[in-house]
Amino acid sequence: MTVRVGVVIFPGSNCDRDTLHALRLAGAEAVSLWHEQASLDGVAAVVLPGGFAYGDYLRAGVIARFSPVMRSIAAFAADGGLVLGICNGFQVIAEAGLVPGALLRNRGLRFLGRDVAIAAERLDTPFTHALAAAGEPLRMPIAHGEGCYFADPAALDGLERDRGVLFRYVHGDGRRAAEDDRDANPNGSVHAIAGVISPNGNVAGLMPHPERASEGILGSDDGAGIIRSLVESAARAANARPAVVNAS
Amino acid sequence: MSTHRFAVNVTPKPGILDPQGRAVEGSLGHLGIEGVSAVRVGRRVELTVEAADEQAARSVVERLATELLANPLIEVYAIEPLAAASSVVGASASSQAAEEGPA
Repeated sequence: MTVRVGVVIFPGSNCDRDTLHALRLAGAEAVSLWHEQASLDGVAAVVLPGGFAYGDYLRAGVIARFSPVMRSIAAFAADGGLVLGICNGFQVIAEAGLVPGALLRNRGLRFLGRDVAIAAERLDTPFTHALAAAGEPLRMPIAHGEGCYFADPAALDGLERDRGVLFRYVHGDGRRAAEDDRDANPNGSVHAIAGVISPNGNVAGLMPHPERASEGILGSDDGAGIIRSLVESAARAANARPAVVNAS
Repeated sequence: MSTHRFAVNVTPKPGILDPQGRAVEGSLGHLGIEGVSAVRVGRRVELTVEAADEQAARSVVERLATELLANPLIEVYAIEPLAAASSVVGASASSQAAEEGPA
């Protein structure tokens, strides 16, 4: 039985179809979840896609946080449900406090649309277990104006200590990017952090777009391993704990 | 119930890099202006609150500021009371403005 994975659509989301497609390629029954619905339709995992939810007004991601679907997702996450935020979706879950830190305007001020290399810090997570190796560069695009990951020094220490960093920007040979290296770490993220995972390990976010690098025709399928990890983990979660269908 | 008008001024926390402020600062040379530094760009939100009294209105604004208008990880805010009648921009701003009348 194929596992059901939901992709949230906010007004202004624009990567939802790509994400649905990438999830289907990985074998999931991918369904869309409208921002005004409170029900998660029995999905075993939720992806918050890229875009400009609510026009990025006030701060990227903040208004989306108060939508009915986000209240359900917060409860779902608190209950151990798998949630992945990509780009704007990462900004939404950071604003909602589901993962630590915040995304600031890129240090160079400009919107950045280009390829980067990232590497997973760990493979023992629902989002990375299908990747070949930790530290191996994965090439995929970024497309954001506010992607500079920030946490204050104390929070950053905690994040490093508790292995909360999931992905870092790296050079082509896998070396970690420096904070001021505008080539390998174009938005200037602290500790070159491209993605983080929640302390409970069931919520993760990253700025780069694995769904835009999920099949060869797109120029790279390096992101497919992340999508596949999520789908396999969702299937395992669905088997272990049958989803409550349409709790109202 | 009474009507109270506030401004919430949100700015990047001290120490947080503010690329917008830096860009503004960088442009000052083109104006031939010297001696200006530490430019920080934030946002200002003005709003009207109807509440039992000013104290109650202010606590609503506090909640809005911490939960929505500012992200405490990266921003600080200051609440500024405004004169209710004078702060409504433009005489025909809205019918609500007309109903407000003088405080």
